[in-house]
Amino acid sequence: MAVQQGDVDFQARTFDYVPHADQRAGAPVRRPVAIVGAGPVGLALAIDLAQRGIPVTVFDNDNRLSTGSRAICFAKRTLEIFDRLGCGDPMVAKGVSWNVGKVFLRDELVYRFDLLPEAGHERPAFVNLQQYYVEGYLAERAAQLPLIDLRWKNEVVATQPHDDHVALTIRTPEGDYALEAGYVVACDGSRSAVRRHLGLESRGRSFRDRFLIADVRMAIDAPAERWFWFDPAFHPHQSVLLHRQPDGVWRIDFQLGWDADPEEEKRPERIIPRVRALLAHSPAMKDAEFTLEWASVYTFSCMRMERFRHGRVLFAGDAAHGVSPFGARGANSGVQDADNLGWKLAAVLQGHAPDALLDSYAREREAAADENIRYSTRSTDFITPKSAASRLFRDAVLTLARTQPFARTLVNSGRLSTPTTLHGSPLNTPDAEPFAGTMAPGAAAADARVTRADGRDDWLLRQLGDRFTALVGHDPAVEGELQDIAIDGFALKLLSIAPGPGGPALIDRDGDVARRYDLQPGSVVLLRPDAHVCARWRRPTRAQVEAAMRRALCTALES
Amino acid sequence: MPLITDAHLDAPDDFYEALIAAHDGLTEPESHALNARLVLLLANHIGSLEVLRGALAAARAGAAKTEQA
Repeated sequence: MAVQQGDVDFQARTFDYVPHADQRAGAPVRRPVAIVGAGPVGLALAIDLAQRGIPVTVFDNDNRLSTGSRAICFAKRTLEIFDRLGCGDPMVAKGVSWNVGKVFLRDELVYRFDLLPEAGHERPAFVNLQQYYVEGYLAERAAQLPLIDLRWKNEVVATQPHDDHVALTIRTPEGDYALEAGYVVACDGSRSAVRRHLGLESRGRSFRDRFLIADVRMAIDAPAERWFWFDPAFHPHQSVLLHRQPDGVWRIDFQLGWDADPEEEKRPERIIPRVRALLAHSPAMKDAEFTLEWASVYTFSCMRMERFRHGRVLFAGDAAHGVSPFGARGANSGVQDADNLGWKLAAVLQGHAPDALLDSYAREREAAADENIRYSTRSTDFITPKSAASRLFRDAVLTLARTQPFARTLVNSGRLSTPTTLHGSPLNTPDAEPFAGTMAPGAAAADARVTRADGRDDWLLRQLGDRFTALVGHDPAVEGELQDIAIDGFALKLLSIAPGPGGPALIDRDGDVARRYDLQPGSVVLLRPDAHVCARWRRPTRAQVEAAMRRALCTALES
Repeated sequence: MPLITDAHLDAPDDFYEALIAAHDGLTEPESHALNARLVLLLANHIGSLEVLRGALAAARAGAAKTEQA
């Protein structure tokens, strides 16, 4: 099931253009789903759909993976999604896991944070991994799934929506061809061609600042932590961010200010002295040899499309929304988009749910985009103050943070990506009984150590079904009540959880399931196919659980 | 009661955003004046001279550190 880990040079890999019979068909061939763009979001969605039995056609205008580290930080929730897609293991094995961040003012440590301060989670808060590895492992996983038809060097040059399909024109090295798709998902990035074809825009706020990213190969000994400097002596009046990546490569982001000349700053003669200055500030690193792997100068915007669904065309990832890089909320939120859409599109295409379920994709992920934009805008405002007053308070916070614990909570070098809780989603059944803990309707399911009935230790999230799952605090009467539930063939998997051994239930080895979900005997927490909580009860009836499933599938008769 | 220096804000990032937004569009002298009014309002809310003296001393210590650096 999972792909094999190996030392593949994904950066050098090219994917062959292979002519497809569709190009020679007399009339345009109809495909159920077309995904535009084979980046992390498009590939994740393609794998999810194929695993659910949906044939999917993916178009990419290039035949290479991305260049350089780019997205770099992949969050715990993203890794858990990749686990479900059968390719999390090689990513975590290859990536550099980290949980701790440090913030320096000038050369002094002012603040240290731990993003995963508790045990009982399979995945770390983050792994650092060059984006091309993530795309490469996703592409290898996709290649194992016969339902995925991935067409490299196939550029979508026209998108024409109709009532019952979307007409696409696709350009290949051999010329153009026409194809019809039941649904199109645009995962084609911030300059989305599909968005342009539909005459739509992503709107928001651009920031007047420039950043240099350098991927530097060097043999230095530093821990796997996120290090962020405000106003360091080696790069005065600006910020610097350092991350360790696999293969002895380090990612450094230098803030340059708006007046920097992007072309000039990309030249190695300009970059090398900056790196040398960073290394020279530390006794442990000052003599390190290094070579420059890749560099880029970027600016950014926080923006989103007004609506992520336009009939049969849906937008995901950077095509739908953009954030500043502080907080690693770009690729991570894009993969959450794919995770949200996959099961819904499959349920609609397989006749388990009405088309209206897709409206909930747009609604839930538009709210998520707003949250990500809010977080990343605040971070950017702290890192790049827009006014004299903003700078005054920023510097005051940093000064106080050295001695005053309260000020450390105000230091904002990036609020790092966590899964969005889908508050207020129409798919949630609101709580009718009191529950403690964070696993409220809308929350992404938390992991925990469990022991299986065969005595082996495993992880809770690895036990979930591919459709709905009910976590049940072991209780024979409730388990009997909820046997063999299925809504129009959409089945419920029961996962009984007991405090100790002696039955078919999973054992809550460290008590984390009970604690994190407030799961008592007879309690039931209903999880959607994307592992978000959608309902919970102390002792539900069969009818209550069926009604909650109908609500989450938009098949509820009552409004 | 001593000055609270551990994290005590309900929603730190929301507060900080509102604080910066309160200065939007003001000139530097106007911003200074706003800050002065804000300090006086908060001081009145706190009330305790002991706590206020603690805050003044902690803020002043920050100024000394900044000048050194």
